[in-house]
Amino acid sequence: MPHDHHDPLSPSGHPYRQDNDEPLSYWQMMEIAVRELMIEKGHLTANEIATQIDAMDARSPADGAAVVARAWVDPAFKARLLDNAGAASTEMGFDIGPLNLIAVENTDKIHNLIVCTLCSCYPRNLLGLPPDWYKTRAYRSRAVSEPRAVLREFGVELAEYVTVRVHDSTADMRYIVLPARPAGTEDLTEAELAQLVTRDSMIGTGVPRRTL
Amino acid sequence: MATPIMADRVRVKTLVPPGHIRTPWYLRGKIGVIERPLGEFGNPEQQAYGRIGDRKPLYRVRFTMAEVWGTRAERPEDTLDAEIYGHWLEEI
Repeated sequence: MPHDHHDPLSPSGHPYRQDNDEPLSYWQMMEIAVRELMIEKGHLTANEIATQIDAMDARSPADGAAVVARAWVDPAFKARLLDNAGAASTEMGFDIGPLNLIAVENTDKIHNLIVCTLCSCYPRNLLGLPPDWYKTRAYRSRAVSEPRAVLREFGVELAEYVTVRVHDSTADMRYIVLPARPAGTEDLTEAELAQLVTRDSMIGTGVPRRTL
Repeated sequence: MATPIMADRVRVKTLVPPGHIRTPWYLRGKIGVIERPLGEFGNPEQQAYGRIGDRKPLYRVRFTMAEVWGTRAERPEDTLDAEIYGHWLEEI
């Protein structure tokens, strides 16, 4: 076996990952069977499937950051975003598909935090794939039972008078936090403001950067 | 659109049906207020089994942390919003 080894770390310093030599699970086999049948019967091509995966992978928090920055500079857009976040995102040219999106606004008195306690619901069509920690039992249970402790671990220190609102995406809606615009950013352009908007600030586990 | 007759204050029913449900256990029996109606969506309890779900009204319900966690709440007045289907809510 060429890859037998006893060192826990590779020469580049990463832990070795076990090869996935176990047999396919029931659902993996089902996925392959359905996919191959769809291709065989001419409903889809392998290339169309690969293209769709590429399109999903190309979505990133930068899309959401652009939406947030627009809301910071354009009060009318912000009103439309808070009224119907899906329509407002589509208006900016982001194809979010069937996503039902709600934007919740952070203010000097309210801090919002997004979680999906049941699984891993996340606004993927706008922000791309969720971070791994978002899907862990630890985050999913603690975000609802002790959100302030979770926020402190993420380095978010809230003023004493701030109320925390946790949003559990239990059904058909997905959520994005509209973070508060940092003070002292009056001179930045919309594109520069978008660079301040981190992924975590749109989940609520972070706040925007204060400077470029 | 959602049926507009749901009361402002609701209690989550303490049902324990078999199969797939999307009402979190930790909210059963808890009292909250309707934050907003969301319209009607296919019932996931049917859709999970490959059936066409009946259209059911969905609501965003807001609970206080004091209501959900009692004395264990970090801050009683903090809130938790969740989406709950109308057939899981009773008016109070």
